[in-house]
Amino acid sequence: MGTEVEYGVTVQGQPMANHMVASSQVVNAYASATAKARRARWDFEEESPLRDARGFDMSRQVADPSQLTDEDMGLANVILTNGARLYVDHAHPEYSTPEVTTPRDIVLWDKAGEQVMLDASRMAALVPGTQPIHLYKNNTDNKGASYGAHENYLMRRSTPFGDIVRHLTPFFVSRQVVCGAGRVGIGQDGREHGYQISQRADYFEVEVGLETTLKRPIINTRDEPHADPEKYRRLHVIIGDANLAEVSTYLKVGTTALVLAMIEDKFITRDLGVDSPVASLRAVSHDTSLKHLLTLEDGRKLTPVELQLEFLDLARKYVEDRYGDDADAQTKDVLTRWESVLGRLERDPMLCAKELDWVAKLSLLEQYRSRDGLEWSNAKLQLIDYQYSDIRPEKGLYQRLVGMGRIERLLEDSEVERAMHEPPEDTRAYFRGRCLEKYADSVAAASWDSVIFDLPGRESLQRVPTIDPLRGSKAHVGELIDRCETASQLFNELTHG
Amino acid sequence: MAQEQKQPKKSSEEVTQDEVAPESDVAERKEALDDDVDAILDEIDEVLESNAEDFVKSFIQKGGQ
Repeated sequence: MGTEVEYGVTVQGQPMANHMVASSQVVNAYASATAKARRARWDFEEESPLRDARGFDMSRQVADPSQLTDEDMGLANVILTNGARLYVDHAHPEYSTPEVTTPRDIVLWDKAGEQVMLDASRMAALVPGTQPIHLYKNNTDNKGASYGAHENYLMRRSTPFGDIVRHLTPFFVSRQVVCGAGRVGIGQDGREHGYQISQRADYFEVEVGLETTLKRPIINTRDEPHADPEKYRRLHVIIGDANLAEVSTYLKVGTTALVLAMIEDKFITRDLGVDSPVASLRAVSHDTSLKHLLTLEDGRKLTPVELQLEFLDLARKYVEDRYGDDADAQTKDVLTRWESVLGRLERDPMLCAKELDWVAKLSLLEQYRSRDGLEWSNAKLQLIDYQYSDIRPEKGLYQRLVGMGRIERLLEDSEVERAMHEPPEDTRAYFRGRCLEKYADSVAAASWDSVIFDLPGRESLQRVPTIDPLRGSKAHVGELIDRCETASQLFNELTHG
Repeated sequence: MAQEQKQPKKSSEEVTQDEVAPESDVAERKEALDDDVDAILDEIDEVLESNAEDFVKSFIQKGGQ
């Protein structure tokens, strides 16, 4: 699994700045400054003539931004030695984590992405003549625009899509009580004043569909596995908020992965479907007391927390049934934390102010409201919402709360620092990242499912497919890469070994 | 009143490490809590962008995925 986060972008003193240009400046600054990430380009089309991959020159990216065409900007797209992808998508800089296998690793490489973005924006500011560019890990400007924080889960192709829709929809309607990032403003353009649980809920308009930028669906049907399509599908989840709080991200991904595993194994026999999912999604988001009653198709009425408790109950039974005492520590930890958080949300949501984004933000806002007597329409509260997600440690309010010990963390700074440069060891991202790190000069291009080498003495580029997400791990190729001094050696061993 | 003492409210749980808040003394606890909140808001005040109205007006994004 993996996540992809689009960051909000502002140029200091220039509210009307071109966001595509600013985003490109950020990505290119990072690409130029980290020499190893510089040469390899993203391999968009594995079918295109490989010769096309040659001759790419990042230097034209530093041309006057006003001279860049859309095509040029499309090149702001680099692969990092940690296996991640940093690029420009829809006028936002975006970071996609490398493929990982555990929720904690999602948190780790997602946090590493925040640091990459921070470094990138600082590097962009060093280019003479550029205004400082600031990045926000949020999902809306509260004026009608929304941008995504997607999750991707590898699933067995044999799982009927209807099962996914049936069971995942009520889960997504209710999971925001755990992983919402909180938002000041109601409605797509924030016309109504108030606070809601989710950044994204108001931007979802249909139940199922292919779109991601308009008529957004609760369940997205994009089918692009980046792996063997006979065996796998990639479930592309677009409904989540960009989280800052590590526990929020951890539970978001950990609980969703558990529900997906149950769907794959046909373990869910209860139908937990809710009436009017789109309207329910918003109603849940708009009620911070968590008392909104969802009507289930079987006629029961449950609060969103009670609906989550139904999923928790199923997940506990599932893990017990499949793994018993052999369940891995992290799965047990996800279940324990999930239960603990839901229990406290039921008693008093404010009890989760140290763990969950929407509660941490609301708690801060309520403290301001009470001290300064502010109405929800006050611009200061809106500012606090934006600034909560500013990724700069000196300005970001989430970061300040962490600094004051007001937020629980799962990670150490030192491991985040390492994850900015090193790939996870148990997926193909290991092969991609190590190749970028060790043979930078010989990697012409790469993508999720390939690494393309440009080897001395060979006419054509050589493509190494990485179609199986779990192959290319340290166990498979670690020793080989350690041993091979050059990419040619590696390639020979791979093809003739 | 006695009941309230037995059920510490949400945010007082967060200051359990506070050395000056004995279990029994609600007033002192409350004071410590208020000091704590004040300290937080003071620190946040220092980093908040100075002109909220202008900042909010100028925070304009393009749509994305």
